[in-house]
Amino acid sequence: MQALTNRAKSVDRKPMTFLESIYLWNIFKGMLITFRHIFKKQPTIHYPEQKRPFSPVFRGLHVLNRDEEGRERCTACGLCAVACPAEAITMEAAERVPGEENLYREEKYAARYEINMLRCIFCGLCEEACPKDAIYLSETFAPANFTRTGFIYGKTDLLIPNPKTEAADLAKAKGEL
Amino acid sequence: MIEEVGTTTEGDLVINVGPQHPATHGVLHLVITLNGETIKKVEPHLGYIHRSIEKMCESLTYRQFIYVTSRMDYLSAHINNHACALCVEKGLQVEVPQRAQYIRVIMDELTRIASHELWWGAMAMDLGAFTPFFHAFRERETINTIMEETCGARLTMNYMVPGGVMFDLHPDFQKKVKAFIQQYTSKINEYDELVTGNIIFQNRMKGIGYVTKEDAISYGCTGPVARGSGVASDIRKIAPYDVYDKVEFDEVLETGGDSFARYLVRVKEMQQSIRIIEQLIDNIPEGDFQAKTKAVLKLPKGEFYQRVETARGELGVYIISEGGTTPYRIKFRSPGFSNLSILDHMVRGHKIGDLVAAMGTLDLVIPDIDR
Ligand code: SF4
Ligand code: SF4
Repeated sequence: MQALTNRAKSVDRKPMTFLESIYLWNIFKGMLITFRHIFKKQPTIHYPEQKRPFSPVFRGLHVLNRDEEGRERCTACGLCAVACPAEAITMEAAERVPGEENLYREEKYAARYEINMLRCIFCGLCEEACPKDAIYLSETFAPANFTRTGFIYGKTDLLIPNPKTEAADLAKAKGEL
Repeated sequence: MIEEVGTTTEGDLVINVGPQHPATHGVLHLVITLNGETIKKVEPHLGYIHRSIEKMCESLTYRQFIYVTSRMDYLSAHINNHACALCVEKGLQVEVPQRAQYIRVIMDELTRIASHELWWGAMAMDLGAFTPFFHAFRERETINTIMEETCGARLTMNYMVPGGVMFDLHPDFQKKVKAFIQQYTSKINEYDELVTGNIIFQNRMKGIGYVTKEDAISYGCTGPVARGSGVASDIRKIAPYDVYDKVEFDEVLETGGDSFARYLVRVKEMQQSIRIIEQLIDNIPEGDFQAKTKAVLKLPKGEFYQRVETARGELGVYIISEGGTTPYRIKFRSPGFSNLSILDHMVRGHKIGDLVAAMGTLDLVIPDIDR
């Protein structure tokens, strides 16, 4: 037992003097430090009015990507759903029919693609697993909602705006406008 | 409830503190038997935040389960991940690149400072001082921003992967950490003036919640709780992992055994963490940040154990593998659980007002106690 404690130092435990025991000086000293901070630079930001940018690697809400021609990249291979530790992703695959080449990049696509944001732990494993760079985590976080069903994000919520037809929306989503 | 407590006699009062009580920092439920204002017995009831993480991990692969453990002790999420990653690496027998080891240790120490900062603010707030809470959060926020830039999240970093770390460092990392060290060292005197040296604070802390060295050992206390009673229990010293054997730092020990001693241990530990970071930050070697591992990890049949020092004490990860892609059984030895067990022993005979002063210095994180 002795060997364990030979590095110990003891604490000073003097009894208080009379001046210390009336506490006034200590209250004053504490207040002085507190009041000095009124004149210092603000470390806070005023949230809804001011926003600070997140870093590029921030793992926020998911986005389903499109390629340069505005076609959906996802092929519904299901690798993201397998990699997900929270089992938050569900999808349904569908076959591309002739005439839809401008909508989907590959022959198979996700007809339904849902992420339950209440289950998701924002770990980024889906992004890492995706072979098509179809899903990535953006720099925003999930907004509050009144119902639980509102947190199940479907394809309409996840898909990035089409660079061809909705260029203005895309710029807005990227924060360029 | 009264029959359950057992020691009640006529005239005793049994009250519930929690599970929704601001001073219990989460959903800790304490059943307290009082005689007048004197505490006769404290009985912690667990189970309000049990998510069966251990069982959940058994169905997840070795890559996935690491991220779930961030939710155990969310204040030292990075250190939890570190423990799991080390345990998996032990089984896989992969050599982690030097660069990754340095990054991991720096991140660990930043997490430790952030965790102690939060504890420091919350502790002072429990005792009725509100300002320190903001001061602590100012510094903690800087760390969180550094974490966010490199790891991608502010609290549950998920930065560890078996074999290294997920991304390389942000180019500004070193500059930001050095700026933080400067900011922190200029503020540390203020902390001492505001709280540590304050006689009102000292009077509430000294002589409260006394734990002898023998008790600390027999209750299995680790971390600052044990070190406040003079038990050397720092895993970073006893069984160094990663580059902890290359850095110089002191294990902070106090012999007081009361709340104030535990307080001092944590405050001094923050300075030791700064010392470790200062030694490493300029010497991060170049090279890979991740060892090459297979896409599907399989641990060989056997049992693996790894312990690390989190901000609260010793965290052990024990994996039994049957050779598959998921653990057969996994067990976490969490520091908070053993530290909580001493609470009853610590506060018996004190007044109820002192309960919070004693409990606060245990630095309880409830999801860590009740996984
Ligand atoms: S971020 Fe993680 S938890 Fe969320 S959907 Fe992707 S893999 Fe699943
Ligand atoms: S998002 Fe990627 S991983 Fe997931 S189904 Fe689509 S292509 Fe596959």
